[in-house]
Parts: sequence; C-alpha cells; structure tokens
Amino acid sequence: MAGMSFDLIALQLFTGLALGAIYVLFAIGLSLIFGMLTVVNFAHGAFYMVGAYVGLFLLSLGGNFWLCLVAVPLIVGTIGLVVERFLIRPLYGRGIDYPLLLTFGLSYVMVELIRIAFGKSGYPFDTPELLQGAVNIGVGYFPLYRLFVIGVAAAVLLGLWLFLERTSFGLIIRAGARDPQIVRVLGVNVARVWLFVFGIGSGIAALAGLLAAPLQGVIPEMGATILAEAFVVTVVGGMGSIGGAVIAGLLVGVVVSMTSLFAPEMAKVSIFALMAIVLLIRPQGFFGRAGLMS
Amino acid sequence: MAKKMTGSNSISRRRLLTTASAGAVLAASPFRINLLQAQEATIKVGFPVPLTGPYGTEAQDQVRAAEVAIAEFNEAGGLDGRKAELLVRDDKLNPGEAATRTLELIEKEKVNFIVGSLSASVQLAVNNVTKERKIIYNSISQSDEINEAKDFSKYTFHEALTPHLTAGAVGRYAFSKFGKKVAFLTADYAYGHEMVRGFQEAGKAFGIESLVDIRHPLGTTDFSALLPRIQALKPDILVISNFGRDQQIALKQATDFGMKKSMKIVAPILLYTGRIAAGAQAFEGVVGGTSYYWGIEDKVASAKAFNDRFRKMHGGKVPSDYGALGYAGVKTLLMGAKAAGSLDTDKVIAAVEALKYDYYKGPEYYRKCDHQAVQSVLIIESKSKPEKGESDVFNVLATEEPSERNLRTCEALGHKS
Amino acid sequence: MNELSQTLTQPNVASASWFDFAKRHRAILASIFVLVFPLVMPFTALAVNILIYGLYAVGFNLLFGYLGLLSFGHAALFGTGAYLCGIAIVHLGWPWYVAIVMGILGGTVMAAAIGSLAIRTRGIYFAMVTMALSQCVFYLFYQAVDWTGGENGLRGINVRVIDILGFKFDFINPLTRYYVVAAFVIMALFVLSRILASPFGAVIEAVRENEARARASGYNVTLTRLITFILSGAFCGLAGALMALHLSIVPIEILHIETSGMVVMMSLLGGMGTFFGPFVGAAVFLLLENLVSLWTVHWQLIVGAVFMICVLFFPAGIWGTILKWINK
Repeated sequence: MAGMSFDLIALQLFTGLALGAIYVLFAIGLSLIFGMLTVVNFAHGAFYMVGAYVGLFLLSLGGNFWLCLVAVPLIVGTIGLVVERFLIRPLYGRGIDYPLLLTFGLSYVMVELIRIAFGKSGYPFDTPELLQGAVNIGVGYFPLYRLFVIGVAAAVLLGLWLFLERTSFGLIIRAGARDPQIVRVLGVNVARVWLFVFGIGSGIAALAGLLAAPLQGVIPEMGATILAEAFVVTVVGGMGSIGGAVIAGLLVGVVVSMTSLFAPEMAKVSIFALMAIVLLIRPQGFFGRAGLMS
Repeated sequence: MAKKMTGSNSISRRRLLTTASAGAVLAASPFRINLLQAQEATIKVGFPVPLTGPYGTEAQDQVRAAEVAIAEFNEAGGLDGRKAELLVRDDKLNPGEAATRTLELIEKEKVNFIVGSLSASVQLAVNNVTKERKIIYNSISQSDEINEAKDFSKYTFHEALTPHLTAGAVGRYAFSKFGKKVAFLTADYAYGHEMVRGFQEAGKAFGIESLVDIRHPLGTTDFSALLPRIQALKPDILVISNFGRDQQIALKQATDFGMKKSMKIVAPILLYTGRIAAGAQAFEGVVGGTSYYWGIEDKVASAKAFNDRFRKMHGGKVPSDYGALGYAGVKTLLMGAKAAGSLDTDKVIAAVEALKYDYYKGPEYYRKCDHQAVQSVLIIESKSKPEKGESDVFNVLATEEPSERNLRTCEALGHKS
Repeated sequence: MNELSQTLTQPNVASASWFDFAKRHRAILASIFVLVFPLVMPFTALAVNILIYGLYAVGFNLLFGYLGLLSFGHAALFGTGAYLCGIAIVHLGWPWYVAIVMGILGGTVMAAAIGSLAIRTRGIYFAMVTMALSQCVFYLFYQAVDWTGGENGLRGINVRVIDILGFKFDFINPLTRYYVVAAFVIMALFVLSRILASPFGAVIEAVRENEARARASGYNVTLTRLITFILSGAFCGLAGALMALHLSIVPIEILHIETSGMVVMMSLLGGMGTFFGPFVGAAVFLLLENLVSLWTVHWQLIVGAVFMICVLFFPAGIWGTILKWINK
C-alpha cells in the first residue's frame, strides 16, 4: 500500500479523535437522557441540527462564533426543557415505548419546521476566521479548526465532570442514574432533575451541531445520520454511562477513520456490526448498568 | 363488565358514526371525478420531480423551465389547436414513490408523455413503469444505465448528459492542461463508478497515471479520514466524482485541508444551484462540466431566446443547468408530436428520432440506438467574484462540440446493430 | 352495584349482537370493504399501496401490539420479501406464484435469522438490536449489486399476465392488479385471524400480559417470541413480494430505517393491539401523505404532529379509540 507511513497513520488517528469529539458530545446527551429518564431520545439528532441552524441565525443577526458557542446550547437547552415538561413528562409510566415514539414523531416535526423556516437545501457555514488554516502537528498539517473541536469537547467534558463530581446537583444526577427509585424515596424532586437533564443533554447536542457546521455545512437532514451512528456509540459505551460514551465515541471515531484508510466501503457497516455484536454479547455495553431495562 | 343501558343514545350514536363514515367516504369520492373532463383534449405531460428532499431547488427550477416549454408550444398554436398541460408530481427522490406517481399519471390522468426525474435510481424506476405501458418517457438527469439495453426501450429517451460523456469531456480538458498524475475520490455508487470509468477511458489517450481511487460511501459527511492519504501521494489532479451535498462537503473539506495549493481539483459536474448554496470559497478554482450555463447567451442565440423567455415568465431569474433540461425534455417531445402531426406513440417516436434541434444550447439530435441526446458539454470554472450580478458564478472555459464518438458505443451498451 | 344494574336494565340486544357479529366475522367484513375500496380512493395505485402497507403493518403488529416487542428493524423483513420475489422473476425467470412464495420464504428466513439473535435481548435493547441488524441487511443488499441492482434498485419485475387455473388476468390493468393483490391480502388476514384465535394466539397475549406468569404456567416464552417473530416475517415478506409485483421495481430505500420507522408510526396511529388498527393506520398515513402533498410540500409536519397527538392523547390509536367509543 503506497504512502502508508507512520506519519499518515498518526494523522489519521488525529482525524479519528476530531471525528470522535463530535460523536462524544452528541452521545453524552443521549446517554445521560437514557440513563436518567430511560428515554431513548429519537429527537436528539433534531436538537443537534437545530443547534447548527440557531448558530447560523445568530451569525446572520451579526453575532460572532464565540457568542454562539455560549448562546446556542442555552437557547436549544431551553427548548429541550419545554419539550420535556410538556411532551415527554405526560408519558412517564405509560411504558418504555411511548417517550421513544413521541420523540420519533417530534423529530419529523422539528426537521420540517426548520425546512419551512430556512428552506430545504441547506447553507454553507464558514469556518470562523481565527480558526482557519492548518497547523503542523509534527506528523503533518492538520486543520486548526479540528484541533479546536477536540479542545472544546475536552473542555465541555471537564466542565461536566466537575459538575457531576463536585456539585450537589451533580451528585443527585449520578445517584439517579444508578438507582432512580432510591433517589425518589429520599425525597428528591425527580421530575425537576429529569427536566434539567433533558435540557442539558439537548444543549450539549446543539453545541455538537454548531461545532459540526463548519465541517460539513448545515442541512435539515444532518441530524438523522449522526443519530444512527450515535446509537452505536451509546450502546457500545453503555446506555447511561458518561465515561462509556466518551470512550466509545472516541473509539468509533478512530474505527471509522482507520477503516476509511484501508477499506472505506466497510466503514459504515463495521460500526453497525460492532453494535450488533456488543448488544448480543454484552448488552449493557462496556460501562453500562447490567440488567438495564429487562 | 357491565353494559350500561343508555337507551336510544347508543343506537343513535352508532348510527351517527356509520352515516358519518359513509358520508366521509362519499365526500372523498369526488376525487375520483376527473376535474379536467372539460379539457379531455389537452396533451398531458406528466412531470415527476423531487420537490421535497435535498434537490428541491433544482426540481423547482425544472418545473419553471418546463412551464416555459409548455407556454411556447401553446402560444405557437399547439398541435392543431390542442394545447399542452404540465402535470407536476412530487416523487420525493424515492423510486418507490416515483413509481406510484407514474402509475397515477398513466392510469388515472392518462398522460401522453412523461418527463422527469432527478436521480438515476428514480429515472430507472419511472422508466420501468412507462415502458411496460408503452408511454414515452424523456429522462432529464444523468445516468449511464438508462441507455443500456437492459433498461432501454423504444419509449425511452434521454435528454440529459451521461456520466461517461461528462467525465470524458472534463477529463479531456483537464488531462491536457493540468498534469498526468491523477488521484480519484469517488462516491461508491453507480454514478460515481460511471464517472470514474468515463475519466479513465478519456485518460488513456493522454497516458495518465491513476495513483489511487478512493471510494467513499454515499452521504459521507466527513472526508477528513480520506484526504491525508491523497495528499501524501502528491497528485497533479484530484478528481472528485460525487454529487450534490457530498460534492459540496468534499470540496469544502479539501479546501480546509489546503489541498488546492498543491493540486488541481476537478469534478465531472458543477451544479449552478449547488455553487450558489455552497458559496464561493469551496468551489474556488474547481473545474468541472455542465450541460448548460445561462452565460453562453452571449454566443448562442437559442440560449438568449430561452433565457429571455424564462426571465419574462419567472421574474428576472435565469434558468439553471437542470432547469434547462426540464425545458428541453418537454419541448422535444411536444415538437416531435407536432412534426408527426399526431399523438400516436410510434409516430411520435419516429418524429423525435428524426428531430434535429437547437432549442437552448446549440445543435442536438437523438442517437438512434439508445435515444441519447448528442449534445455539447461545457467546461466551466467557478468565479470567485461575480461581475454581472449574483447569478454570474461560472466562467465557461471551453465547449466540447457534440459528437457520437464521445458516447459509449451502441455495442458496448448491449444494443444489437 | 354493577350486577344489579345489569339485571334491572335490558341490554340493548340488537346493537350488542350487531357488534359481536362484526367481531366474529371481521375477516369477511374486511373483505367486503376491501372490494369496494378502490372506487373510493383518489387513484387505484394508492389503494394497492394501502393494501400492501396495511399487510406490512398488520404483520408488524403481531409482534408489537400482540406480543409487546418493539422492533425497529422490520424493513429487513419487508425488503427481503420484496427482493427475493424480484430476484426470482428477474434473475431466475421463475413464474409469479413461485416468486411470491420466495418472498414469503425470504421474510420468514430473515426473521428467523434476526430473531434468533435478537430474542435474547429485552425492551429497548431489542429495538436497538433489530435496528442495527437491519442496517447490516441493508448494506448486504446494497453491496450485492449483481443481484439487487444496488443503489439503483432492482428493475424488470414485469409481470404482465397472471394466470390462475386457466383464467388469464391482465396485471397491467390497475383494477385487476388491485383485486389480485387484495385476494392475497385477504387470505393473509384470514390466516392471521385464525392464528390469533388459536391457542397459540392466546399464549402470545399471555406472554405480553405477564411474562413471568406465562413461564410459570409452563410456556416456553423464548420460543413463543421467536415463533411470533418468524410469523411476523412471513406476513411482512408477503407484503414485500406484493410490493415488488405492484411497482415492478424494488428500490433500495425499502431497507432504510425510515421504512422500519414508518411501520411503527402506522401501527401506533391506527392502534396496535387491535386487528385492523394497523391497517387503518397505514391507510390514514398514506392518505394524509397523498392529500397533504397536494396542498403543501410540508406533509411531514402534519403527519408528525398527528402522530405526536396520537401518542399523547390517543394511545389506542385512531381505530382503537373508535372501537373504545363504540364499546362504551
């Protein structure tokens, strides 16, 4: 194989990390929402897409990219709060399928609303000027923006970790992910916790969408593909485990990147086959709770 | 479980339900009444195009252009006074839906012709339905397979370019100017394979060295895994054979990776609407092909006439490349009917086969063995700064004149001579 | 108190027996409705689509509504049935009736394959596994270009004449095609109705209601699940085969996740756990799609909103809610 040097493979690895960073941000929200609320959020991809479009909209109003990094997760997170409160909360206790089905229908509605508001062919999204160009990372030139994405993902993860480990609200979330019943028995307002978890998860998904926009532009359908792939990540990592989502997200990113090097046609199949295998051998994934949802 | 006695209420409620549903059923049946009974004499042209989905913009332009063709035909008196009308349907870029719509157009609307659609799989599906029912179909988007004996029928016409022709034309231009070491980045489906085949056939005459052909799955949003490998090989030319959004993303990411500094990027097709959607940066310096660009109106009289008519009917807009195909697809069939003086299918087929026309881009005719429109291919390059208004996005670098030599041979397509 | 009111009041004999009559002979009534149907639809091809997707949804509902297992990968069964029927005609030159059998077999075998793997998982994981496995099936068929046509789909499933016992039917004629398809769908519904009325049907519902209790009563729950999955595959495979014959093509999109999602929507919309619910759901879904498309290109908004309203307020679905209302 021509040109298969160490440099190339190392570069490919970095590419995998950048790819994985987006997966990780997206999958964290999905995993959190499932772990706490036991809701499979089929609308998660739509929130991702809305994040990108809200960013586009803010930019068109004259804002800058840095402002969007803060505003987009807040705005879309708030939308998430509203969705949980009024659309999903009524369905708890009706059976595991109902919230799933609702979010499924919701994704259709959200995508179509965006199409109505912004048109159907999508828009380009320019990389912010400060982040354009490539840097020499020793093994070759690597786009600066992708390094930025890795950095942001790491920062968000750190922030999330601190929040979960060091604050009392974070403690409740962790406890609730481990055993929702006990937490309720202890008198915590579980409903409010779930509300915020859904909001946080949606907000982070929106941030992922915003970060992905300069890489691939924005179209209304951009959420659907990443959702299917993110299910792989959450399943492999373990539904409900943040650490699992991180490791699995990076793993999937690197796997896709490496298979693209040797056999690009197999890249997509390989991750779904991986998902099927994990589900059959160890359904809770690497780090998930065993016996979840039997 | 006790059944409460509710007296006459339950009976009347049930009766109400039954009558209501019967009423609804009857109310729905007016759909069966042919509202166009009064206009039974019109010539109906079915037009299934993907109004919803990622190519909605292109499809709507095709509708606009087709309307121009219909209007021109009607104003010129139609066929002995019989006017034409366009029946537009949304095929949602889905072959199954397209087949259903085609069935509706043929079985319920009783169309005389069908023109459409925008995607290889969809046009092949429509073609399969029309040829079984002996309805003439003119396909207005790219495909190599529709010319092949397996899918072809005497009712099938193909106004659009073929991947082989387009790639060949662009290849012949690029390989003579930009170098001999070529890397290929190809979408892994029929269209991509057909394009690469076209490039490599053309490249033989120039002695190109094919360094690598990387296949990517359709719908890839991240090419970052594939681009470093290409850079490492140091090609003179990078040929990116994909379409629509795949192309826009690939070009953008190739730009991000700084690849334009060291190689020339070439694509078989550059869409007018795609260029407007993706912006100048991604397309900068990219050379590609197209069937039509409004800017040739300075040199081609029929283009000016078509553009002016389009501007008049559609608020000053200019037609796009795929839009123009919508125009030509409809016009050739209507003019064939006019020449035949009848709507009898075999007579119209013979008339269209004999047609030598110049409706919008220069001289064309249909090759007999596969009904492929033999036409010119424009080589274009994206402009970074539009000069004549926001639709001035391309420079025409060269025109490859129409020639059957550049098409795949009838034998290669499986047609018996 | 209830018993007292029952002896004091006279039950409305006429209406009760009308409804019971309808329930017992639901297959026959459905058949009559099916015969009249195409005259009411905007165009016949849509009526045929409704029949086919109705059968697909009913087959899916056997697993979802009656057994309680949500599968997000049923497109694999529907699609395999379609492709095998198409391949039999296009590549093997077999007659149409053999092709239909191949379609049913295709759905059955694929269900056995996916089912045997997926059955060991529960709840949400079952939905995820079926989704992942059907994605793998999609790629399989996509890559087998020589047999399936790959991205461009399988073309050339051109059946012009259906001959049964010496009678030749012109399959190109829309109304004839409808009645041929309807005949198959009616037969399938009849068979399904018999299955549900059988002891096995009772076991299915028992497993859904209380799995532990069913197991304690001595029923093999895993085997029940697997058999139900396979039966579901047979019906969906038949629906796929009919689709291939109707459209004369098999598009690769038939194996997409959207096709799996669509049948979930249809079943819920109509009302899972009722016999005709999914059929009604398929009809409503396709009609909405067709009608709303005439007014606006944004039909997905309407369909999505209606679906959400059903999930929130009418979990019994349209037909289920109607039945409840009648039963009150």
